[in-house]
Amino acid sequence: MLEMDPVLMSRLLTALTLGFHIIFATLGVGVPLMICIAEFIGIRKNDPHYLLLARRWARGFVITVAIGVVTGTAIGLQLSLLWPNFMQIAGHVISLPLFMEVFAFFFEAIFLGIYLYTWDRFKNPYVHWALSIPVVIGGALSAFFITTVNAFMNTPEGFFLGEEGVAAINPIEAMFNPATPTKVFHVLASSYLTVAAILAAIAAFHLLRQKRKKTSAEGASVYHKKGLKLTVSIMFVFSLLTALAGDVSAKFLAEHQPEKLAAAEWHFETEENADLILFGWLNADNEPVGVLRFPGLLSFLAHGDFNSEVIGLEEFPEEVTPPLWVHYMFDLMVTIGMFLVGVSLLYLLFIKIKSVNEHNKWMLWLLVLSGPLAMLAIEFGWIYAEEGRQPWILRGVMTVEEAATSSPHVGLMFLLFLALYAVLGTICIIVLRKLFRNNPAEEELEKKYPTIETGDK
Amino acid sequence: MGYEIIGITVLWLFLYGYLIVASVDFGAGFFAYYAKVTKKDHIINQLISRYLSPVWEVTNVFFVFFFVGIVGFFPDSAYYYGTALLVPGSIAIILLAIRGSFYAFENYGSKQSNVYMFLYGATGLLIPASLSTALTMSEGGFIVEENGQVSLQYMELLTSPYSWSVVFLAIVSVLFISASFLTFYAARANDTEALKLVRKYALFWGMPTIVMALTTFIALGQHNERHYENMMDLWWMFGLSVGFFMIAMWLLYIGKHYGLAFISVMLQFFFAFFGYGISHLPYILDPYINIFEHATHESMGIALIIAFIAGLFLLIPSLILLMKLFLFDADYVKGKK
Ligand code: HDD
Ligand code: HEM
Ligand code: HEM
Repeated sequence: MLEMDPVLMSRLLTALTLGFHIIFATLGVGVPLMICIAEFIGIRKNDPHYLLLARRWARGFVITVAIGVVTGTAIGLQLSLLWPNFMQIAGHVISLPLFMEVFAFFFEAIFLGIYLYTWDRFKNPYVHWALSIPVVIGGALSAFFITTVNAFMNTPEGFFLGEEGVAAINPIEAMFNPATPTKVFHVLASSYLTVAAILAAIAAFHLLRQKRKKTSAEGASVYHKKGLKLTVSIMFVFSLLTALAGDVSAKFLAEHQPEKLAAAEWHFETEENADLILFGWLNADNEPVGVLRFPGLLSFLAHGDFNSEVIGLEEFPEEVTPPLWVHYMFDLMVTIGMFLVGVSLLYLLFIKIKSVNEHNKWMLWLLVLSGPLAMLAIEFGWIYAEEGRQPWILRGVMTVEEAATSSPHVGLMFLLFLALYAVLGTICIIVLRKLFRNNPAEEELEKKYPTIETGDK
Repeated sequence: MGYEIIGITVLWLFLYGYLIVASVDFGAGFFAYYAKVTKKDHIINQLISRYLSPVWEVTNVFFVFFFVGIVGFFPDSAYYYGTALLVPGSIAIILLAIRGSFYAFENYGSKQSNVYMFLYGATGLLIPASLSTALTMSEGGFIVEENGQVSLQYMELLTSPYSWSVVFLAIVSVLFISASFLTFYAARANDTEALKLVRKYALFWGMPTIVMALTTFIALGQHNERHYENMMDLWWMFGLSVGFFMIAMWLLYIGKHYGLAFISVMLQFFFAFFGYGISHLPYILDPYINIFEHATHESMGIALIIAFIAGLFLLIPSLILLMKLFLFDADYVKGKK
């Protein structure tokens, strides 16, 4: 194990670190927006429930940010440690967004520090609220910049590679490569969606628990209901945007990276009016069986026209096609996407239809599920995006194999980091639970806002 | 001035910034643990966490800035340092991770656990020790390229007197910088009891700092003649450094103007650090990476500098706001807010 192939181990270690970091990065992009919205509504309506939502989310956020920062620092260094040859080229061409990302971090870190420690320091409450805006912008900007780097790996542009190495570098063109718009849109929308879903899941979970215990903590129940309504509304908006962004991402792939889309769809032969297939498996002759088939839908997904032609895998030499199991990653992501649209829509309909109680047990359970599922969709999406680029690290320019370090110790480092993330993950959960258990919302409501009226809505 | 020089100057400035803010942080970790062991934690730990809590994330970004920037301006450093430093680099990451998560878990989480206090104190010394070895390696002789294979000579590194003197210099400097900052902060907070304690630390760690600095200087002479000669030519910078050190010690000793004392410490390190840096040029890694031959292309270099200037417009006002609210707001420092 310890002497294993450095390339394989480097890939595993990168996947491990990124897979762990992305959880906290997603929270880092999304939570500030939710805090910002909740505090604004709270001030506007003079409603302590929303202010408390913002406060409690911010308190939990401190913990997750810390892990986001340390794992981000790890991945930043690991890019050079594990992929020195890649970073040597990438350093020449794509360092501009990486560099600007650091400014975004700075901006975010400074205002986050200020925001968290100045809750009651200003007379005008809007001043404190305004401090959250740079945090929201900083998070979104860092996602934007890092995503342009990843987009560049898929459609490298803005440089010329000759005998002497890279030349004729155009940093702006490299940054705004063809993959950038769709990728950024999809990453941002899905981050906001995921965080809204997770916060909704927490609120729904508390409501379920109160139901079971039949406690009469009326104040807390109103508090969670307001939180739920807010987060599910946001979830609905961003689930639609995410699906839209996913759709334009697929259209982008059809045009610029057809082998990735074809691999995800097990689409072997170029044809018109192509079917979309979900799940199933491949038989001995590499034919999909047991699939859900949607006639013509792949053509629609790829070009917005049911009769258009979609390029199949047959047109690419086998060495440069991605592994076919990415099909499942894609399908799971899309299924979860549809599920999230459905669940949030259903809840909002229940609110409109007076005869149905939107806080019934089944609805709440579906919402509890949405949070973890959304985070899984993020993971599936990234695995699809990265694995679908194989064997390239820079599509058409450099393969993963050429990029990796030659150090024989990567296996050992993998184990070390695995242990580190296991510890960090565990402690994170323990601390978060303690933090909220020992200080439940109902108690904090009474302490901070003793005059609050309880009673419904 | 070429964009290479601007680039390395900017990076060096940020590394200097990291040196100061991170030293305050690392040293504070050690003092917090030491105070706990000697049952004096009730005196200073409140003070320490009041200053550090809002700014620790910012400290980390200084470091991220440096390593992202150096790969941007001098991409070959990713290749050489990246390949050679896999193991020590990974260990440094893990130490940083333990430390970074400490704040969150400890300050917001729950009661103080002894294990974490220990890790906090220990990483405060181990991180500067491990990061400073990167500077040692840059002197050449430790990272070698043979037949296209870059590797780190562990034995050379571990047996080199120069390498060890850098490590000790890093540790004592961290403690000195940190103690002199905490002295200033305690004075601002009018916390006489804490002041008495941290001033004692500052006075104590002053001497070892200057002794180690001289030792390292001599050890460098044996390791890298060229660099040593260059440093001799810049004697006035090191002279200024020593001068500011004496001013700082004097002010600490008479117990007045602690703000000025800390500024003198900053200037002491500024001149020493830049004297060291300037005489190190043109190499980033002796002899493989030379700033003139191995800089990124001009178009990227200029783009990075423009981004940097634009970034400063964002950064400086924000940093001033941060300092105003947490460092110079007397009521906050005193714990009334
Ligand atoms: C909550 C998360 C989430 C959800 C519900 C969806 N996606 Fe997604 N998807 C992502 C989260 C994500 C992601 C993690 O953000 C990825 C990984 C890389 C990227 O650019 O975005 C991604 C990548 C990604 C790609 C590859 C882009 C590329 O590699 O260039 C495509 C084609 C889609 N998605 C399409 C969809 C479609 C049609 C969805 C239907 C609703 C969908 N996604 C839902
Ligand atoms: C700027 C952004 C990114 C860069 C520079 C980057 C770089 C890399 C590199 C160098 C590899 C190894 C080579 C490979 O196997 O393809 C890799 C693989 C991988 N990355 Fe990305 N990545 C980025 C974004 C992400 C994100 C945000 C995730 C989210 C989890 C991610 C997930 C993965 C996974 C799962 C692999 C493993 C694939 C495999 O086993 O080959 N990547 N990435
Ligand atoms: C190769 C890929 C990546 C690298 C090199 C990277 C690097 C980093 C670094 C160095 C930090 C710590 C910054 C600090 O000290 O404050 C960080 C944190 C962060 N990263 Fe990543 N990152 C990567 C992928 C991503 C992706 C794909 C996203 C967004 C979708 C992202 C979003 C963030 C955010 C928002 C933070 C701030 C911490 C927080 O608020 O939680 N990163 N990242």
